[in-house]
Amino acid sequence: MGWETWIITTLSRSLAYGTPLLLGTLGEIYAERSGVLNLGVEGMMIMGAYSGFTTAYITGNPWLGILVAAVVGGAFSLIHAFTSVTLKANQVVSGLSLTMLGLGLSGMFGRGWEGKPLPATIPKITVSGLSKIPFLGPIFFEGQNLIVYLTILLVPLLWYILYRTRIGITIRSVGESPATADSLGINVDRVRYMCVLLGGILAGMAGGYLSVAYRPAWTEGMTAGMGWIVIALTIFAFWNPAYGMLGAYLFAALYHLSYRLQPWVSPELLKAMPYAFAILVLIFVSRGTLQKRMGAPAALSLPYTRGEE
Amino acid sequence: MDNSEGYAIELRGIVKRFPGVVANDGIDLKVRRGEIHCLLGENGAGKTTLMRVLYGLYRPEEGEIILNGQPVHMTSPRAALNHHVGMVHQHFRLVPTLSVEENIVLGLDEGTGPFVNFRKTREKISSIANEYGLSVDLQTKVWQLAVGQQQRVEILKALYREVDILIMDEPTSVLTPQEVDQLFTTLRTLVDDGLTIIFITHKLDEVMQVSDRVTVLRKGKVVSTLPTAETDKPTLARLMVGREVVFRLKKGPIKRREKILEVNDLHALNDRGLPALRGVSFDLFGGEILGVAGVSGNGQYELAEVLTGLRKSIKGRVFLAKKEVTNCSAREMNDLNVAHIPAERIRMGIVPALSIRENLILKKYRRPPFSYREFLDNKEIEENAHRAMSDYQIAAPSYETPAKLLSGGNIQKVILARELSENPSLIVAVHPTYGLDIGATEQVRQILLAQRERGAATLLISEDLEEIMTLSDRILVIFNGEVMGILDAESADIEEIGLMMAGTRHKGEEL
Ligand SMILES: Nc1ncnc2c1ncn2[C@@H]1O[C@H](COP(=O)(O)OP(=O)(O)OP(=O)(O)O)[C@@H](O)[C@H]1O
Ligand SMILES: [Mg+2]
Repeated sequence: MGWETWIITTLSRSLAYGTPLLLGTLGEIYAERSGVLNLGVEGMMIMGAYSGFTTAYITGNPWLGILVAAVVGGAFSLIHAFTSVTLKANQVVSGLSLTMLGLGLSGMFGRGWEGKPLPATIPKITVSGLSKIPFLGPIFFEGQNLIVYLTILLVPLLWYILYRTRIGITIRSVGESPATADSLGINVDRVRYMCVLLGGILAGMAGGYLSVAYRPAWTEGMTAGMGWIVIALTIFAFWNPAYGMLGAYLFAALYHLSYRLQPWVSPELLKAMPYAFAILVLIFVSRGTLQKRMGAPAALSLPYTRGEE
Repeated sequence: MDNSEGYAIELRGIVKRFPGVVANDGIDLKVRRGEIHCLLGENGAGKTTLMRVLYGLYRPEEGEIILNGQPVHMTSPRAALNHHVGMVHQHFRLVPTLSVEENIVLGLDEGTGPFVNFRKTREKISSIANEYGLSVDLQTKVWQLAVGQQQRVEILKALYREVDILIMDEPTSVLTPQEVDQLFTTLRTLVDDGLTIIFITHKLDEVMQVSDRVTVLRKGKVVSTLPTAETDKPTLARLMVGREVVFRLKKGPIKRREKILEVNDLHALNDRGLPALRGVSFDLFGGEILGVAGVSGNGQYELAEVLTGLRKSIKGRVFLAKKEVTNCSAREMNDLNVAHIPAERIRMGIVPALSIRENLILKKYRRPPFSYREFLDNKEIEENAHRAMSDYQIAAPSYETPAKLLSGGNIQKVILARELSENPSLIVAVHPTYGLDIGATEQVRQILLAQRERGAATLLISEDLEEIMTLSDRILVIFNGEVMGILDAESADIEEIGLMMAGTRHKGEEL
């Protein structure tokens, strides 16, 4: 294998692997921008993966699988929205529980589904013409699937909404200063519900993508810490969808490179890498003042009750 | 309806209860269309609560709201805005990371769907701003604005929504004297254009200066509503407090003692990593009050934090009684008997959920007589609480009351009682009477003067120039993190201080 092919495969695979990371990160950015920290990403993702896979298996329609994954992820996120927005419970505890619940449920129901082959997966497409572009062609336009492109399109869309529309101004104000939003007649709880729900839908889709498109099979715990990477990437991205894209693909590339080290590095160590990355990002930004400077939403993880500010 | 003729607002029998408190106890209030109506009352009298009821933030247990003769249901701020009622809150409701124009259009639906037509909104904002003298740069982020400008944004926000009734909760406590004058001019123009304004303040001078009529509240009830022209300050004060009040601070001649604090070329950064202090130097002596005057955001809070060990300096040295204390921790400064009366009394001055009794020993619960090894001595702690509550006249149901349920003035007294109990050598007080009613203000000032008499060195940071002028022996003016000059308070001229606060360096001899 020449060095050029080697680079092309690595980058093309990074694009494929970065997609679920990016989907999850975009969703978490919206949730956190509205002031809700959702540590349940891993749980929502795995539920998406499980429900997406079984749907695709039973119906034979992979797109239906993705749809159901998104719906299940969204529904799952509403548990977190209910406890943290309506009941005003501790968001860290609620999010962690969601992750545990997702991993547990999918592990339990997933028994017997392992090792089954999927009749049909999301087709890989090659854009004839564009794929002939030297170097970039094979990376971007050969062997990717539609979800990869849709995800990339989501980035400018979500960026534009967040920074250039009324909806975005509303979301950011709810995450920065819910009391202000409330006093202007904005329904803080509703905005937070919507953002958490969007986060759940995207995380569910990410899970579905993993089990229906990326590696069409079900394995228990197959998200393997991706949800935690998403949490770290959200911070790494300064809560900005554009940087989120950069971070997700960068991490995916690093991840792939490290897999190429398999002959020399023990697999246990490689497995620990995502967590190490998450911890490193968190250590780096854990200082409150630094977070403030980076633009963390001021009301992140703080429940809002009218009259108690 | 004829009896409601001419009234923009009528509140009838408003009752609002909180656990253990009746904040509004059957309030009747009538506000005429086109007047400035002042609400006056001690801390905890129920002014803010009443206005929040009118603005739809609280649902009253009983009572009616009638606007222009029509009964209305104020179920939420949205309902209030729909009825053209706007409110500028005591603590501003602005999103610091958004720009001015984004803050102004926030929450509106102007028929353009999710998109904001900023060209059109800018035109509308500018025309309002020009008409009422409220100019402010629209693209600046709100956190970069000085407090006075932030207030303009708040007013613009309300006017942009075409309110007929504007509620202003203690709008002047954060302003410089010039800004207060400007605000009053704006308010006058607004009333001339037909707006009705409810104005809450603790300052009787302002009531006399700006209002048409005034309503005095005491303990959740209306005491009286009077035309301003037919009353005077002593009458209002008596109505407010319920007894005769004497305004006379006893300030003895200065008895300057040994040098307590020396600050040399101090530099520090603010929360955003930008320089907040750029080479601040001064000396402070026992028995002296050094006032620090400056517009908010010019480094005075960072100075207080560095001196109390809450913020690290990056250059320069600090000596306390000849001993170097540069970048000592808050605990070390505390053990060196430095008292801190912080700006944000609820966030930094108390532990809101703990009782008064517990809050009073936060500085010294680790030592006898309050604790032996791991155990607290409850009897001592209770006696201490009894003593503090009677010495400082803290009004509360009992010493078991959580500190967060106290009114602003009483919270401040708890902090003073704790901080001053060990006869501190240095007191760093940041606008100690901010938001307090006249009675509490007098009391707090008297306490600070008593400490001066005793020989404590006091650094008094305040945006209230009148307070600085009455209490200080010398006045240091700070601008953009630099000392513009230090003046003798006796001979200081308020005009000159105003200029120095805006960045003019003092020419005369430095003290
Ligand atoms: N959210 C709340 N929960 C419980 N008690 C409250 C709440 N808000 C106000 N109170 C109590 O209601 C009473 C009236 O408070 P309010 O804030 O209306 O007084 P105020 O007249 O505005 O005083 P200040 O001059 O200090 O602003 C006080 O005893 C206060 O402790
Ligand atoms: Mg108030």
